[in-house]
Amino acid sequence: MAEVLTLPPNLPKSQNAEVGASKFCPGCGHGITLKALANAVDELDIKQKTVFGCDIGCSLLSWNYLDLDTVQTHHGRTTPVIYGVTRANPEAIGIAYMGDGGGLAIGSQHLVNAAVRSERMMIVLVNNTNYGMTGGQMSPTTMPGQKTETTPYGRDCEVTGRPAKGAEMVAAIANPEKSFVARSSVSNVRKLQSTFKKGLINVQNGGFSFIEVLSICPLNWRTNNVDTLERLKTMEEFFEVKEFLQGKSEQ
Amino acid sequence: MVNKLIKEDTKMFLTGNEVLAYAANAAEAEFMYGYPITPQNEIMHTWCKLLPKTEAGFLQTEDEISAGFSTLGGILAGKRAFTATAGPGNVIMQDAQSMAEMMRIPFVCAVMQRGGPSTATVIYAQQETRLTCFGGNGEGFRIVYSTAGHQDLYDYMIKAFNTAWKYRFPTYVLADGYQGKMREPVMLYDPASRGISMVPTEKALLGPGQIGIDRKSVHMRNTYNMEEELMEVLEGYQKDYDKMAEEVAEYEEYKAEDAEILIIAHGIVARSARTAIDELRAKGIKAGLFRPITIRPLAVKPLRAAVSRAKQILFTESANGQLAQMVLEKLYGLNTPYSTLYKMGVGVTGDDLVSKVESMIKEPAMI
Repeated sequence: MAEVLTLPPNLPKSQNAEVGASKFCPGCGHGITLKALANAVDELDIKQKTVFGCDIGCSLLSWNYLDLDTVQTHHGRTTPVIYGVTRANPEAIGIAYMGDGGGLAIGSQHLVNAAVRSERMMIVLVNNTNYGMTGGQMSPTTMPGQKTETTPYGRDCEVTGRPAKGAEMVAAIANPEKSFVARSSVSNVRKLQSTFKKGLINVQNGGFSFIEVLSICPLNWRTNNVDTLERLKTMEEFFEVKEFLQGKSEQ
Repeated sequence: MVNKLIKEDTKMFLTGNEVLAYAANAAEAEFMYGYPITPQNEIMHTWCKLLPKTEAGFLQTEDEISAGFSTLGGILAGKRAFTATAGPGNVIMQDAQSMAEMMRIPFVCAVMQRGGPSTATVIYAQQETRLTCFGGNGEGFRIVYSTAGHQDLYDYMIKAFNTAWKYRFPTYVLADGYQGKMREPVMLYDPASRGISMVPTEKALLGPGQIGIDRKSVHMRNTYNMEEELMEVLEGYQKDYDKMAEEVAEYEEYKAEDAEILIIAHGIVARSARTAIDELRAKGIKAGLFRPITIRPLAVKPLRAAVSRAKQILFTESANGQLAQMVLEKLYGLNTPYSTLYKMGVGVTGDDLVSKVESMIKEPAMI
């Protein structure tokens, strides 16, 4: 009889071990992103003072994913809830976690104004170029020509405009002295984790951080593993992966 | 902690909006989140002007959506935070208000009604009655105090904080542009001098203790997986709400005991009714007033008793029967005939009511 080898899962301390199996679809980028985020929180040893807020859409499934004090809000409203927390509690490190629809469509006014005011918080915007939870509609970041449920013949930029570049927009309006703005990707988890770490350090230093994470949605993209990663590469060419503003992100 | 400005009884001549800012300070409110909209702006103005003395906090947000949600954030962080709004601002703030209902967050909001629908007027109305009681995609688990003047504004703003924090339902002070902008003498006092102690706030997020050592991490949500799971939660809320209603419901009667014609009005319209009642009584007409102070929940038993005693009732509002709709539902089974005087977005004067009641004597209302 074959021996079954069981190893304890290698979870970050800031991940909630009680959740069990991931609630995200197979192949989803949220699990990768959240693990990198939890590791960054562990690295900085800020678990006890971090407040995590999550939006509506796939990101809401993270409402009990982390072993952090968490509040799940409404679609687009994670940013004001979290700056509401950090304005009231100057000790708190606030993280607002959302998708491209939550950050760049329904909640874009909050993103713009939080950036302009240098709210002391980190916004994590997971960009998978579509509304995943509602079944794969066009989002602000849907790529030119990309097929979604509301662009079944491919996104026509003449009709729907060009994809929104969140990190570039935030970098253009944020105070460079106080803001860390970057775009990262789930294709490089170590880099993603170190980017989160920088973002959190900048918040610890009193600043505003915005991190856009290029992510994958094989279910709604209807892609297999190979095509999913190919699509991600195309996204990385279109949405430049880099640090736009450094703020005070050095420890 | 904030510095309380009113340490002893102080009579002042203030606008209603100023009164609300002083009342929030007296109630030890620590933070206001707000967005400009007429006719509530001077609540923020006064709050901001007093900041160096009170050492409280303020954030001017990008809209009422964010004012509502950041208020919730501030409350979850453990502050006695509040906001204020009006009209279209009240409409878009419903998003946050329904989250407060679902998550039992002690949200306090002053609503200074203006004309509606849409932009309408910036001046006055009672057209946010239904919205304030039942806005949002839920059941209206809310407590709404409708004030009729500046002393009410002071008293009930203080009370609203304690009601919200005690029962954990969103609580409103519902007034209007007339009350907000009008100046009246008002007695400001330290709530402690009236035996009122403020219900302590608590941190829902980053509360005492270390995660993993003293306590588990907190996961607050307003999303549920299954229909039955949601219903179970809401049935618990309804039970709490019904129990609370008995303790919280308030009303005022004026010469209602022997009234043959009972005027039912709330807010500042009830004040016009008092004037009219005095005039009508002088003419030998037995008129009286039933004024719900909590328009949600209503004081149903005394309401039904007063209506049963009367020969006719008169609903009057600066709206098209928004309160009447809520009241009539509670009068099921009674057969007292009623008449109405509705002026949408316009003030109701004592003269209006005297003429109306006199016409009801000549031509009684029919069932």
